[in-house]
This record gives sequence, C-alpha cells and structure tokens, in this order.
Amino acid sequence: MKRAYYIFYKDFSSELRMRFALNALIMFVIVAVSTILFSLANEKVNQNVYAGMFWVVVFFSAMSGLSRTFVSEEERGTTLILSLIANPISIFIGKFLFNLVLLFFINTIIAFLYMILFQDFSIQNWDSFLLAFILGNIGIAGSSTIIAAIISKANVKGTLYPVLAFPVLLPLILMLIEITKSAMEGNPISDVEAELMVLISYDIIMITASVLVFDIIWRD
Amino acid sequence: MNNIQLIVKNLKKTFNRRLVFDKLSFEVRAGERLVITGKNGSGKSTLIKILAGVMNESSGSFEYIFDSGKIDREDIYKIIGLVSPYLVLYDEFSAFENLKLFAKIRNLKIDDDKINQILEKAGLFNRRNDLVRTYSSGMKQRVKYASAILHDPLVLLLDEPTSNLDIEGKDFVDELVQNFRKDGIVVVATNETQDFKYGQRIINLDDYKNNQSK
Amino acid sequence: MRAFWKYLLLILMTLVILGGLIPPIVAYPKNFFEFPLIPGLEDKARIIFFHVPTAWLTVLAYLIAMFYGIRYLKKKNIYDDMKSVSAAALGLVFCILATVTGSVWAKFTWGSFWHWDPRETSIFILLLIYGAYFALRSALDSEEKRARLSAIYSIIAFLTTPFFIFIMPRLMIGLHPGSLEIDPATGQIRASANPVIKFQMAANMRVVFFLSLTAFTILYFWFWNLTHRILKLEYNSQKEI
Ligand SMILES: Nc1ncnc2c1ncn2[C@@H]1O[C@H](COP(=O)(O)OP(=O)(O)OP(=O)(O)O)[C@@H](O)[C@H]1O
Ligand SMILES: [Mg+2]
Repeated sequence: MKRAYYIFYKDFSSELRMRFALNALIMFVIVAVSTILFSLANEKVNQNVYAGMFWVVVFFSAMSGLSRTFVSEEERGTTLILSLIANPISIFIGKFLFNLVLLFFINTIIAFLYMILFQDFSIQNWDSFLLAFILGNIGIAGSSTIIAAIISKANVKGTLYPVLAFPVLLPLILMLIEITKSAMEGNPISDVEAELMVLISYDIIMITASVLVFDIIWRD
Repeated sequence: MNNIQLIVKNLKKTFNRRLVFDKLSFEVRAGERLVITGKNGSGKSTLIKILAGVMNESSGSFEYIFDSGKIDREDIYKIIGLVSPYLVLYDEFSAFENLKLFAKIRNLKIDDDKINQILEKAGLFNRRNDLVRTYSSGMKQRVKYASAILHDPLVLLLDEPTSNLDIEGKDFVDELVQNFRKDGIVVVATNETQDFKYGQRIINLDDYKNNQSK
Repeated sequence: MRAFWKYLLLILMTLVILGGLIPPIVAYPKNFFEFPLIPGLEDKARIIFFHVPTAWLTVLAYLIAMFYGIRYLKKKNIYDDMKSVSAAALGLVFCILATVTGSVWAKFTWGSFWHWDPRETSIFILLLIYGAYFALRSALDSEEKRARLSAIYSIIAFLTTPFFIFIMPRLMIGLHPGSLEIDPATGQIRASANPVIKFQMAANMRVVFFLSLTAFTILYFWFWNLTHRILKLEYNSQKEI
C-alpha cells in the first residue's frame, strides 16, 4: 500500500509539473459545459435531461483525461523503469488512486458548474446524490484505469479509449443517472437502495478483476 | 549463507513468427560474471528484459534461486539492477528526485545522504538538482547506474554498459563491476570486444538460432 | 463423422424452414399442423423460430470466444486465439442478424424499429462490445499482444453482463416475453398482460423451436470449425523462421 501511495505521489508530482491530463480535462469541461449552455439557450427542458447530461459530461471528460497515466508512461518509454521498481499490483493501485483523485477533482468542478449554470439541476436529496457521486467515481476510475492500461499498448490510443470503455461503463452510468434523477426529485434514499447496491457490487467486481488481470496486461 | 543462483532452462523467445533464440540453457552462480554477445538483432536486449522479469518468455523457464528458495516472479524486481540504452528515467524530475522517488516506491530505508553518496559515486553530484531532461546522454547513462545500484541488488543486468560513456565513465563501470558484491551476479550484454573483460564466460546468442526441431 | 453432421444439419434446417413457415396459424388449432393464433401477432409469431436462435448464438459465441481467450492466457497457444477470434467474428455476424431481424419485426408489431427495452439494449451493448473487441484487435500489431489483450478485454466486458441479464430487466419495463411492465393504475411493476409478453408456445411450436435452436447451433459450430481451421492454415502457410 505504501508503494502504491508513492506511485500515486510520483504521478501527482509529475502531473503538477507536466499537466499531462489536467489541462486537457479542464479545457474539455469548459468546452462541454458551454456547448450545453449555448444549445439550451434558456429553453425549458425536462429535469431528467440534466441528470443524463451531467453523467455524459463526466463520462467524456474521464475519457479525455484518465488514459494519460498509462499512455504517458508508454509514450515516454518509462514503462520499463516503473516495472523495475514496483510490482504490478502496486502500480495498478497507484494509478487507480491517481485517476480517482483526478476524477473527484474534475467531477466536483462539473457538478459545481452545473449547479450554478443550470437552475433546474437542483439536488433535493443530497444523501443519495453524494453516495452515488462517490461510488460512481470509484467505479469510473476503476474501469477507466484498467482500460487505459489495455489501450496504452495499442497503436491508436485516443479513439479506442471511449470505444472500449463505453460498454463497460454503461451499466454504471445508467444506474448513476437513475439515482441522480431520483435525488433531483427529492425521493428518499430507500427508493434507490437497489441501484446503490448495484453500484457497490460493480465497484467491487471491477476493481477486484482489474487487480487480478493487470499483471497479464502489464508484462510484455 | 546467502547464495544467489540463476538457472535458465531451454529458454525460447519468438516475436510473432520470428524466432529470436531457442534452447538457451545456462546457469550462473553467485560471484560469476557472464557476458552475452551476438550480432545486432540476435536477442541480447530481449534476453536481458526477460531476465529482468519485464518481458514474457515464449517457452522454457528461468529462475532465480536464493537460499535454496525460488524467487517469485513478482519479486524479481527487488533483486535486480538494470542499465540499458532503452531504459528511460522520468525526465521531468532531477536525478536526485528520481532516486528519491525510486527509494520511496521500493520502500527502502535510505536517507538523502545515501542518495547523495551514490550520485557522487556516479559523478553527478554537481548536477544532481537539474532536471534529467537537460542531461547529456552520458549523464543519463550515469543516472541509470545510480538507480540500478540504489537498492543494493544481488543481480546486475547491463545492456551495452559503456555506451555514451567517456573514459572516466568507463572507469566507473569497470570499478562497479569489479567491486560488485561477491555474492552477486553480473550479466553483461555487449558487442564491444573491450567489454568482454567483464565476464569469465561468454555466451554467443548466434549459436541459439537452430530451428531444426520443426 | 463430418458428413454425418452435415447431413443432420441439412435435414434439420429443411425441417425448421418448412416447419416454421408452412403450418397455418388458426384461431382454434384442430390438428398437429396448425399453430394457435395469438391476437396481435398472427403470422409475425413465426419470427421466434429464427430470431431467438440468432440471439442465442450471439451469446454462445461470446462465451466460446472468452473461453478460448482464457485458455490462450493459460497455455499461450496461438491456435486458441484463432478459435477465440473466429468465434467472436461469427458472434458479430449473428449479433447483427439478431438486431436486424428483431428491429424489422418490431417495426411491424410495436410500431418502430427501436424501443430500448432491456433485451434490445442488451443486444445493442453486445454489438458494441463485439465492435470494441475487433477495434482493439486491429489496433494491436503483435500477434501475442493482440491475443492477450483481447482475451482480457473479453473478460472485463463479460463482467458487466449480469447487470444486463438480471438487473436491468427488473429496473426497466420491457416488451419481450417475460418482461415486467408498470401498472398504469397503481404505478407498480407487475407481470405484463401484453400478448407478446404473455406469449406461450404451443407444444408443436415448441418442437419446431427447439429443432431450430439445435440446427442453428450445429450451423454455428460448423462455420466456426471452418473459420478457425482456415485461420490456422493461413498462419502455418506464412510461417517463417
Ligand atoms: N517488441 C518487439 N516486437 C517485435 N520484434 C522485436 C521486438 N523487440 C525486438 N524484436 C526483434 O527481436 C530481435 C532481437 O532484438 P534485440 O533488441 O534483443 O537484439 P539485440 O541483440 O539487443 O541487438 P543490438 O545488438 O542491436 O542491441 C530483433 O530481430 C528484433 O527485430
Ligand atoms: Mg540490444
């Protein structure tokens, strides 16, 4: 765990210096949110649409930034030194932590922007929204990290990432949209118990499986 | 007594349909120094990567035995130090930061003084706080040496050890190999005849291309 | 032995085509040759003999592709990868067939080509997964990497299937047999009264249905056998030192 933490720490300090992912992510969020803002142009739309659009922006911003942890290592040729100083499990967990922090950061910004820019995006039940937000970020970070590891070995990385990640993330996103809708309508948390259970099992299954198969992906 | 041993049995590597080497078997005992040679593209670097545990062999096996116990695949990295031209360090950090990070990630209990000492030995002390990006190739090669000996490994794998090094640098490598722990193993992959002096034994990979078994 | 399977397939397919298309559909079947009428479905009920087998093979193909993928990871035998990829290629073909037959039928029965009911969504996701699998393969140029990473991807994508099979049909209303719907009066989810959803097969239909499943499955294995053997021959003929 300590090793994983220091791998996270390495990525974090290198991100602070190089901005491999952060700049792209922030630009993406700004562009995406303003596009939605302009296209809606004060028109009244169904509340449910906002729940969907929130997670769509989250998904695509994850797709624009989370592959950098592995892709930048592969592109710069530092994969070798990394495999010489740590075992695959620590590497995976370190990268996962990094993506998780990045995702929390960026998604908080997205949520914040939604709340101030769209009056209709108002959460009535914060408990279920926050729980979904946390579990959702964990799940998205887990699946995105393992898929990033796969595509970092491929030739065309950019376009491949959302293609591979979408089917894997879809169940999660559908659940998140359901819970968000319910939270916007102010329904009690017991209404989305089943959905929250699905989120928890998704997170556990995906992260466990990723840890198990990462070794096979990692070693050439 | 601590005793490391490397046993390679019938090792074979192919890339897609191209055979690199086949039926490669040898043993290296503690204290031995082995030189691997062969033409360009004969598979020296490939063998080094396999022995470092970062690339999969196609068939056959290799194992490190320590105190009569086999070292797990996942733990090989702990006993290996590797220097090679295709090793790339994090160039957004300085040499010192690189080593410090490696020590942390490896969970080593060494302080800044020890890191400085190693950098001093590698002749980088004056430039230790400059970003690796700004280094010359020879200086980068020196940082790699520093990172390879940071954790006091039992096995040193050197691919083209003297590439890009000046006379002083070559002397440093000479000294390093000569003074490397007597209970350790050094494997050198090289085409430079002057590097052959590092080993007591030479394996030529050109001899392992026979494909008659098919 | 091979000839036996081919003849069996020929006979079964003929039976299925005749048995599926010829028997008249009447309101009160009196004999063995007549299928019962289902209000709202009429002749369109015959889709079941052809649509369901394609959907079944889409799933079976995925399982076979994943099975041989895992076997490749264990044994590192490139022939297993060929079996895996040819299973997946056929799976993709059947997936497209299932989607097309389903949506054409849906147009005439439910009024539009696509409804996003749980089964439709699932087959669509499967289509995406198959697409992603082949996109990944074409982006990897080393045989060994291609085999290894596509096997891993098939496993990871498979982990999401319990969601589509068990969870989504419970959370969403559907139009396929066995789905749930929302009771307009109470807002509760209940078993549906829709003719398609209540659809039960008569005994003679069931015979044709299972014959059809068998015939399509044999057809699948025959194709699969051919494709992976062709791949193997191609591979061996290109073998160099
Ligand atoms: N990732 C790879 N994919 C495909 N083929 C590879 C790969 N890496 C190496 N090879 C092939 O394997 C063979 C051995 O390469 P390797 O780099 O081990 O040679 P070498 O003995 O180190 O050569 P040199 O003396 O030039 O350093 C070469 O034919 C090379 O083309
Ligand atoms: Mg080489």
